[in-house]
Amino acid sequence: MNDATTTRLTLFNFWVAFGAFGLACFFGMYQVLERSGLFAFLQSPAVYFASVSTHGVLMAFVLTTFFIMGFGYYTAAQSLRRPVWNPQLAWAGYGVCVVGVVLAAVPLLLGKASVLYTFYPPIQANVFFYIGATLLVVGSWFWCAIMLVMFAQWKKDHPGETVPLPMFATAANALLWLWTSLGVALESVFQLLPWALGLTDTIDVGLARTLFAWTLHPIVYFWLIPAYIALYCYVPQAAGGKLFSDVLARTAFVLILVLGLPIGFHHLYMDPEQAAGWKFLHMVGTFAVAIPTLLTGFTVIASLEMAGRRQGGTGLFGWIGALPWKNPMVLAAILSLLMLVLGGFGGIVNASYAMNAMVHNTAWVPGHFHLIFAGTVVTMYLAVAYKLWPELCGRKLYSEDLPLVQLWGWFIGMVIMTTPWHVLGLLGQPRRISSVQYNSVLTLSWDPYEVAMVIGGLILLGSACLFVYLLYKTQAAGEKVEARVEAADDSAPWAPAWLNGFALWNRLILVLMALSYGYPILQFFLLKTHSPTAWGY
Amino acid sequence: MRIRFPDKKWFHEKMAGLGEEMSRLEINELERKWLFVSVAMIGLFVGAIVVTAAMHGVHPPSHVETIDSASLHLSQEFAEDKLGVQPEPLPDGSLQVRLVAGRYGFYPREIEVPAGRRIVFRMASMDVLHGAHIPMTNMSTMIVPGYVSEVVSVFPKPGEYPMLCNEYCGLGHDHMWSKVTVVAQENWRAPATGGKQP
Ligand SMILES: [Cu+2]
Repeated sequence: MNDATTTRLTLFNFWVAFGAFGLACFFGMYQVLERSGLFAFLQSPAVYFASVSTHGVLMAFVLTTFFIMGFGYYTAAQSLRRPVWNPQLAWAGYGVCVVGVVLAAVPLLLGKASVLYTFYPPIQANVFFYIGATLLVVGSWFWCAIMLVMFAQWKKDHPGETVPLPMFATAANALLWLWTSLGVALESVFQLLPWALGLTDTIDVGLARTLFAWTLHPIVYFWLIPAYIALYCYVPQAAGGKLFSDVLARTAFVLILVLGLPIGFHHLYMDPEQAAGWKFLHMVGTFAVAIPTLLTGFTVIASLEMAGRRQGGTGLFGWIGALPWKNPMVLAAILSLLMLVLGGFGGIVNASYAMNAMVHNTAWVPGHFHLIFAGTVVTMYLAVAYKLWPELCGRKLYSEDLPLVQLWGWFIGMVIMTTPWHVLGLLGQPRRISSVQYNSVLTLSWDPYEVAMVIGGLILLGSACLFVYLLYKTQAAGEKVEARVEAADDSAPWAPAWLNGFALWNRLILVLMALSYGYPILQFFLLKTHSPTAWGY
Repeated sequence: MRIRFPDKKWFHEKMAGLGEEMSRLEINELERKWLFVSVAMIGLFVGAIVVTAAMHGVHPPSHVETIDSASLHLSQEFAEDKLGVQPEPLPDGSLQVRLVAGRYGFYPREIEVPAGRRIVFRMASMDVLHGAHIPMTNMSTMIVPGYVSEVVSVFPKPGEYPMLCNEYCGLGHDHMWSKVTVVAQENWRAPATGGKQP
């Protein structure tokens, strides 16, 4: 059981995260309706692109950052059995993040920051959008510092002992975030802010895109690691078994950290400002980082199988039926893994050096990342919320069955919505359009898929509303209980120093980052580049 | 700080230590096998890509070439009267097509090219970020202001192909497309001058 401060920190962060999630789902629903072209009165590019930008920022930056911070405080205090270090600093970081979100929200909602969540210079947003986004990142660095200090203090107080797995992974994520957010921070401080404030007239778009790519892929692992923590540390127990191997779990987290950081370039495959050789190098790295994901899939499935057999499942597939499907954590894990497999297949196509040209910037891409992010990652976030909410509020979960309905709804809706997107992508439909204006026979073949997309969106919105309702009802009207939640299994077996700390890995990352980004960034200072001026709103 | 060069003894000690650590690690036999399978699987994918890239020379558009987007209209290559399908083929027989991307169209708005012939597209943006894609073909590239995008494609079958902008470039982005007509090799005639198409 955590102390009151940790509980409050976690709850305050989770409220912002899940509030943003609920709101973002309404924007998403509007987008599928607008995009389908079925309702003429909804058609408006201005509203659509403002909505896409807001949806993306809320989901990818607000939901994730606040969830990860809240979950991190909880995990650190729980697994290390000590209070959060320097709660004042934690609250200060929270405040900076909240101010950032508010500052960014105003221009977003007014349509003055329709630059989508990847910013896209030389289209220029209102300066408060850039300031707000920067503050959100800076505030999250407070959290990183607290996590790493707690990690170091515990190790100092427990010489020769192995850091519990959940904290090892959380510290890896804090490091990953510090490393990767540096790219977008450099872009923001040296390019976007001076330019939006009018201190400089032009912006080097090639450099801006390269710096953003530095952040753009590892950020996905920043979102994914908490989901993996739940898969490794909560799911085996919830299924009635135990984790297959602690050492390989650590190895997977280290591999994600080391291999995940220097590979963002594959987002630039179709860009003219980077040479083929560098793209090729990053392609190899991109494929390598699939290894820890394959390991994770295997470990979690193996842990589930052990649990299923222990509960009397026999035969090749009998253990699957014997699993406790009515446990939200177990159900979420199964659905998550299914979507990870489907999304992973699409990811291999995206990552392919030449095949990417067929699907680049088409509806295939949001199809892929909605499966991975909204599917795999968010589903595990939802399951974590169901597990932690009763403990954080000291109340029983409002309903036992509705969470299952909600999770199934999220899965079914996601499959119905993303399948047509994959098909539309292969048929060439661009991802970032509000409606189809091309006077061409090709576009007639797109129509039927748009109806399926709307149905999927409706199911997803219903599921999201049910989730927020369940959290609200639990907190407001749930039966009061003395919370007794079994702690995650944090008895760690022996692990060597290189799987119990990050000194070696940090050095290796430094070398890999210098190799993979050194010249590609330097070239903008060696070449004669021409920077365009701003195109504002 | 004094740098100590590792000697043989140091190396042996390190290796012995590592060996002992490895033997203490608890890794399940099955999991160890799966690790090898994963690595082999990824190796196979990368191998297949290396072979196609090396054997068929398939590379993404990666022509690191800069240009001043603000003065495209004055440039040697992207002035208005030099756009479109070029009258003279390149030395290797490929056709060259020059396009300017700007909100909201590719200029010239219509081009006609022969089927089955290697076509080298050269494109530059006059304002913001754009993307060019001819659906269901590999003709795809980002068009980043300040850079020339070069992409090579072959269209095997005659027909009408739209060229769509696939990167968000402003509120009129939905309307940004141009018409590419592919005609049979024998029906195609080279334009007399650039800039006027078809
Ligand atoms: Cu455009």
